[in-house]
Formats: sequence, C-alpha cells, structure tokens
Amino acid sequence: MMATLTKAFKPILGRQLGNTAKVFGAAVNSQRGKPTYPPPAKYGGRHTVTLIPGDGIGPELLNHVRELFRFSCVPVDFEVVHVNSASTSEDDINNAIMAIRRNGVALKGNVETNHTMPPNHKSRNNLLRTSLDLYANMMHCQSLPGVQTRHKNIDIIIIRENTEGEYSSLEHESVSGVVESLKIITRNNSLRIADYAFRLARDKGRRRVTAVHKANIMKLGDGLFLQCCKEVASGYPDIEFDSMIVDNTTMQLVSKPHQFDVMVMPNLYGNVVSNVCAGLVGGPGLVPGANYGRDYAVFETATRNTGKSISNRNIANPTAMLLASCLMLDHLKLHDYANMIRGAILTTMNETRLHTVDIGGQGTTSEVVQSIMRIIQSGGPLTTEI
Amino acid sequence: MSIAARSAPVLFSTRLQPWTGLKSSANNVSLRFKYQSTNPPPAKYGGRHTVTLIPGDGIGPELLNHVRELFRFCCVPVDFEVVRVDSSASSEDDINNAVTAIKRNGVALKGNIETNHNLPPSHNPGTICFDLYANVMHCQSLPGVPTRHKDIDVIIIRENTEGEYSSLEHENVPGVVESLKIITRVNSLRIAEYAFNLAREKGRRKVTAVHKANIMKLGDGLFLQCCKEVAAGYPDITFDKMIVDNTTMQLVSKPQQFDVMVMPNLYGNVVSNVCAGLVGGPGLVPGVNYGKDYAVFETATRNTGKNIANKNIANPTATLLASCLMLDHLKLRAYAKMIRKAVLKTLSETQLQTADLGGQGTTSEVAHSIMQEIQRGGPRTSEQI
Repeated sequence: MMATLTKAFKPILGRQLGNTAKVFGAAVNSQRGKPTYPPPAKYGGRHTVTLIPGDGIGPELLNHVRELFRFSCVPVDFEVVHVNSASTSEDDINNAIMAIRRNGVALKGNVETNHTMPPNHKSRNNLLRTSLDLYANMMHCQSLPGVQTRHKNIDIIIIRENTEGEYSSLEHESVSGVVESLKIITRNNSLRIADYAFRLARDKGRRRVTAVHKANIMKLGDGLFLQCCKEVASGYPDIEFDSMIVDNTTMQLVSKPHQFDVMVMPNLYGNVVSNVCAGLVGGPGLVPGANYGRDYAVFETATRNTGKSISNRNIANPTAMLLASCLMLDHLKLHDYANMIRGAILTTMNETRLHTVDIGGQGTTSEVVQSIMRIIQSGGPLTTEI
Repeated sequence: MSIAARSAPVLFSTRLQPWTGLKSSANNVSLRFKYQSTNPPPAKYGGRHTVTLIPGDGIGPELLNHVRELFRFCCVPVDFEVVRVDSSASSEDDINNAVTAIKRNGVALKGNIETNHNLPPSHNPGTICFDLYANVMHCQSLPGVPTRHKDIDVIIIRENTEGEYSSLEHENVPGVVESLKIITRVNSLRIAEYAFNLAREKGRRKVTAVHKANIMKLGDGLFLQCCKEVAAGYPDITFDKMIVDNTTMQLVSKPQQFDVMVMPNLYGNVVSNVCAGLVGGPGLVPGVNYGKDYAVFETATRNTGKNIANKNIANPTATLLASCLMLDHLKLRAYAKMIRKAVLKTLSETQLQTADLGGQGTTSEVAHSIMQEIQRGGPRTSEQI
C-alpha cells in the first residue's frame, strides 16, 4: 500500500533530478488520493501467486506451504516457476519475472549464486529485485516468547533499500589486479525509501526512525542518503528521526537492541543489520521478509538463506517461510486466513514448544507442520481432512 | 608482535592476465613477502623511547593523560611527544605535523579524531601516508565483565587502506552519487599473508575470510582468490570463507566458532564493532594498526565519545590495554605484563567498573586502583600515588 506513494515522485522524475523541493512531505501528500495497489486479479474468487522454489531448503519448505494452504482451504493457487541456478542463460529468471508481472505477487525461496561462475552471470535474486523495482525490503524482527534468546522483547522494523547501493553489480578491472566496484546512491531512490519508511512508521504507530549510514567515510554517497532522510523527516513531525553510523549501530544492537524502533538504510548495511537482528531473535529460521515495489510484492525469508547443508533432511525450520506466506495473505487482503495460520504457528512455537534443531529443539519440519495443521483444525470447521 | 612485510619485485613482473579466473601460483606466494622479525624498536636515546601521542577529541585527551600518569608512575622508559590534531583544522598542517612526528618516532598512541560530516571529502592522510595496511583487533572475553556470551577469543584482521574507504566519490549526474570501492591484488595478498603469518605465530588453527562475493563478484572475488592463494602456502592452517551477512548472524548466536578472521575494510569495521559489543563494549578492546615500518595504537572501535568527555566516566581499559600492546611492540615486555595484569585485576573487581559495564566507578578511581595494584606488585614504582 505504501508503495503507491511513489506516484508522487512522477512530477519530480520529469524535472531535472537535482532540484527536488525541500518541502517534500507536502509534495507527497498531494498525490492522487486513491490507494491503487489492488490485490491482483481474482478469477473465480481465487488468487494466483507465483511460486519460485529456489534451491536448498526452498522447495521442501514451499511444499509445506502448499500443503498447509490446501489443508486450510486458502483460495490461492500457485503457479510454480523453476529457476535453475546453474544455467547461464537468463531465460529462467525472465520467465519468473514475467510470471510475477502477470500475477503481481510471488513467494520465493532463495536461488543460489555460484561464485565460480563468470562475473557476467548476475545473481538471480538481485535480477529479480531490480527488474521488478522492488525497492523496499521490510523485515519485522520480533522476539517470540517461546524461543530462548539472550535478548528479550526485541521489536525492530528494518527497512532496507533493495535495488541500488553496493548491489549494483557494476564492477570493472581497468588495470589488472585493481578492481573497482561502484556503489550507487541516487536521490530518487533514497527519497523513495525514506518516504516508505516514514509512512510505514506512521501507519504502524511507531515513534522513531533511525537512519543507518557511514557518512563520515562515504560523504557524498551516504551523505546524500542522510540528506534525503532528513528532508522526508521534516514532513513527518510526529515521528522522531535520528541517525547512527553503521559500526556503532551493530555494536548497540548487540548490547542494547531495545533502543531501536524503525531503521532505514541502504542496501549493504541493511543486509548486515538484518542478519544481526535475525540472529538476536533466534536465527534465520524465524523471520519472514517482504520485498515491496510499486506494483509487485515478493515474499521470502528475511535472511535469504539457501540452507544447502540442511536441505532434504527434514530439519529445516519452516516458521520463516510460513510467516512469509501469512504476510502474503495479508497483502492479498485475506486477513482471516493469515491470522488463523499465524495464530497456529505462534501457538506451536510458544505453547506446545515444538522446536526444530536451529532453536534448540528436536522436532522435524513435518512434525511442526503437522502440529500447525492440527491446531488449525481444532480452531474450527475451515479445513479439509488431515 | 611486529611484522615487517616486504613485497619482492617478483610480484610486479607477474604477467597480467584478463579475468578468467586468476591463475594462482601458490609456490610464488611464499617468496613474495619476506618477513624479518627485526622490525626494530625505534631509536632509543638514553635508553628511553619516544612515542608520538595524538590526543584526539572527546575522551581521547583525558584517557591519554591517564596513560601518561600511569607510565610516569611505573617508571616506564617512554617519553611522549604530544601532537595536537584538531578536528576543526581548516588546513592540513596539523595532520602533516602529526605525520612527520610519527615518521620520526615510528610508533604512536592516539585517540580518535572526529570527522566532520559536512566538510568536503578529502583523503585521510593518516593511514595512507604510512601504509598502515593491517588493523588487528583481538577480542577476548575478559573475566569479571558480565556479557551474554562467554569464552570469545577472536582475532580480527582488517585491511586498513583500501576498500570502501578510498574516499573516491563523484556526482556526474546531479542526484546520482557513485562511490568507488577499490580492491587490489597487491593489498589483498598482503593482508592475507599478514593474517596467515599472525595465525601461525599465535598458534591459531583457522582463518576465515569474510566477503560478499556473491554480489561483488570481481571485487570480493579477487579478495577471496588472494586469500586462497596464500592459504595454499600454509597447509597447517584451515582456511574457510563466509559471507558477511551470515558471519554477523553467526557472531551473534555462536561466536565461539571463529578463530582468526580476515576481511576488507568495511566488513572489518562492522564485524569488529559487533565483536566489541559481544565482549563488553567499546571501552574494553584495544586495536593496533600495523604497517611495514610504523605502528599506531588506539582503541579498537575508534570512538570519540563526545558525550561522555570530561565527565570522568569513560572506561580507560581499552586505552590502557592499547598502551600495553605498544609496550610489547617496543619490546618492553616486563612493563607491558605488569600493567596488563593490574588492569585485568582491577577490571574483575565489580565495584570499580565504569558505567559502560554497569558499574559506578569513575575513570580516576579505576586508574588509581590500577596504580595501587602495580605498587603492590613490587618496588618498581615512583613514590607518590
């Protein structure tokens, strides 16, 4: 929903890029009012969602998602598109992108990027994000009561710019033995992500937004990012804005994570900070992530792990992927189903304490999923037979 | 622990090849850098060393004063040459003075100098002039400090001169800024060689390279390749690699799996701060910047601590341990051991811990207690406490 705000950017894009008016907050509010971010086309009352299995634990976890949806009679059909990480042609990923354009929503596992392939073989996940312009990655880190962690009661929303920064894949070796990597920061994207962050903070009733940067070293680049955040902040006087250097941020996260509320940052810092936070709340198996663009949304686990070493052994934690599918249901406005499934997952996690190996338990993936299904069944008559 | 690296001419005559996978010649690697353990302690006149002292901003001056008091108290044969570098200097003369002083003395102890974000970008002449290419930080869980993780013992080696810190940025099109991250073969080989050599000297079993080569294929790919080449020359040490996001996540949950870590500049910054946070905060960990001929000692996380300056609440442990590392470098090991022992003993007394560790002590109380501890240890001190 918030992503439609980018329509306000159109007048700015048309003009010369550097002269954005300072009263940014006002400009944003004067957009055409209707929230034109529809749930995608429903035929026969059922949604179609693209499913990209990916590698490693992706396929098995997404199978569980499908089982669960079928069991709970969720009106969602999945269009499965395979992306082969080993093939050098970009046809697979282009098919996937086309499918997502058609459906508008996707649920995906991580596609592995093989380091030994030549450098013109771009990361498939990155290609997907940039082609669909999924500019905001949102990750909501919450401590789950049933999970043993060293820190309690963490509740941080991390918003990460998803398309530019260090992930531009622009590198060259002009002189042999010297590689230059370009990190791109643009005013438009920085304004866009800052606006997304503040709008989300306002919608969710959050009090503070912290921008994470390294402007003491990258003065122009992160300086521009900070400047854009400040401009947007001035349009949201009810929300406090502060900034923190990335190294201090990571140190504070490890000692006092409760001081953070909403955090916004460029791509690479977002990667690191979101992984630190995922580690703080219990690991990569617990946190879902969402990538939002103006017209598309792709849901996946927050830390984007392939989990090759635990694939097909029935020990992966399905929580992250299942919570991601709940986020997807919320996006499709199927809130009842989302709440039902989410409630069941949290009950399994917190009350019955059926944990997988990564959070210190003994359960297998299928046991956890079975338990979730049982809880859903006991919740009411909505299901097919187990 | 001083290592002098020398790059042999053979490095530059290697035939330059296009990027179809860097051809490694593992047998060449060990020849490239000849180590001389004879990195001499700098000139001693009258048996006393001279060390450059750069107070810096924030808590730097007060903590370095404590260091000087302590050294005077323990009769350490070190004289400090104080060079002021102001963060508000509009000309580069201050910095040039500091540079000359360090070149003269070879060793420096410094506090952090605040960087004003609004000033135009300019090269940081500090590390560039001396080619302090390796930043070493040894993170250890200290007894008596309450932390969530126990038994951490990680050495982090961070490339200190290139990477994202090249300060090369430009805005060709208004509203679009390009920052250059530079990775070179020479520097990557050098830092990898340093890391493995250090690991071997300290009897460590594993070196982990931290990178993001799935995204920055050429840049971090080159770094990884260089690490692999160097690793081939050290078969007794295990080498593995890990992507930086996974690394930070593992550090937060299972930091005990890491032994020695080597990485480019920015990841080094983040990872070292995470580790500092894990062992108890920025007030506890010292850091060293080594070059071929020079060494500069400071706190590992390079904080100015503006908001706790002059309030007598800063934790002096990091600066004091940094001065011990400096004494080791100057081969004054007896003094180093004595001071270190006293510092660690004081640290384990909880009622004297400073505010950042959750205690109530002040900086001067801690310094005083350290001096008392040293005096208890023997007759080496001057009279008045």
